[in-house]
Amino acid sequence: MILTGKQSWVFQNDLYINATGTAVGPKEKDGPLKETFDVTFDDLHCGEKNWELAERKLMNTAIETCIQKLNYTYDDVDFFLAGDLLNQNVTANFVARQNQIPFLCMFGACSTSMETLALGSALVDGGFANRIIAATSSHNATAERQFRYPTEYGGQKPDTATATVTGSGAALVSKEKGKVKITSATIGRVADYGIKDPFDMGSAMAPAAAQTISQHFKDLGREPSDYDLIVTGDLSGVGSPIVKDLLKEEGYNVFSTHNDCGLMIYRPDQNVFAGGSGCACSAVVTYGHLVEQIAKGELKRVFVVATGALLSPTMTQQKETIPTIAHGVVLESVEVEG
Amino acid sequence: MEYLIAFVCGGLICVVGQLLLDFIKITPAHVMTLFVVTGAVLDGFGLYDKFIEFAGAGATIPITSFGHSLLHGAMKGAEEHGLIGIGMGMFELTSSGISAAILFSFLAALIFKPKG
Repeated sequence: MILTGKQSWVFQNDLYINATGTAVGPKEKDGPLKETFDVTFDDLHCGEKNWELAERKLMNTAIETCIQKLNYTYDDVDFFLAGDLLNQNVTANFVARQNQIPFLCMFGACSTSMETLALGSALVDGGFANRIIAATSSHNATAERQFRYPTEYGGQKPDTATATVTGSGAALVSKEKGKVKITSATIGRVADYGIKDPFDMGSAMAPAAAQTISQHFKDLGREPSDYDLIVTGDLSGVGSPIVKDLLKEEGYNVFSTHNDCGLMIYRPDQNVFAGGSGCACSAVVTYGHLVEQIAKGELKRVFVVATGALLSPTMTQQKETIPTIAHGVVLESVEVEG
Repeated sequence: MEYLIAFVCGGLICVVGQLLLDFIKITPAHVMTLFVVTGAVLDGFGLYDKFIEFAGAGATIPITSFGHSLLHGAMKGAEEHGLIGIGMGMFELTSSGISAAILFSFLAALIFKPKG
């Protein structure tokens, strides 16, 4: 039975991340994980005429890098699952127009990275595909304009605000043996604790992450100590302490095993307020740094929980609260077997 | 002394704006419109002109003076042309400021590329 417990999948076949591709912008290049990214751009425009084209270039670059590592072409991939933060998911849709891989567009805000990876793995596990690519992207200038204010507007940001990561991450999943195994996934429920402030998404998303993590433990009968690392997507400096406290109330102590991609990708002195956010935040940290560590065996079992704030500017203007979601995928080092 | 008064008064208006942004959690656009309306209301009571006499540039530079100018223009228009004059006069005093904003934005957009 693949469905395990209430909302988790334990994959029946051995599924692997065969290759990943990451492309990031200048600020991420300047950060502590710079060595782990495949392609870095010195300019936020990435050599393109506008921000949207720049984001598309990032996603295209990430996917191309990913399949080139395996000497594949687009034809070798059965399905392409992707999403981003722009209206109507234009980055993913326009990239799919170009690469012509049969395409499933998905939106889970910043949880899209693990949403696409989980569903893509399920497709492969169920025999609906042999190889899939899961990809997502975000761009600082496009996302800030989409969800907050255009940066040219010069609105001040409070310390609880996060900085959208410029980048894109892609992963190719198949049953062909690789170094990083995908073993299970937990699909989240939408949580809403009544936060209205789009400048405090960390607080808004923390309950969704806590919900998914505790449900994962219950569904699989596991403990936090079964993991080397439980990493959330972009809760940042504000949401991370909240998720740890919420899980403690549920009887799960993750104080020593939890980290957040939003805190890993930048140095605190990079003017990023509470930390990094955006689809690319969890994607480039997971498909860069974490996959590298897992492949080397330095991390044996990692639970990546990507968190998404499902708001839109119109809903914010109508004074709605922010619904949030978190999806988690378990990645394991192949050496852990036996 | 004149400069000091202007600096302190203009600065205090900005302090109020910053406090509103930090503690009331309203958007920058709300603060701006609030200030414009405040300037217009104060002018309606004849207070803003006295404030300008006292603070000089400290009162004319902040956005509150835009409200003051709007009202002055509207009143003048109303005196000359009646009800329709309100609409005609409203932007008379402020038009050079608005035109300058459009012109200089255009020129800047021609030369520079946004940095994000």
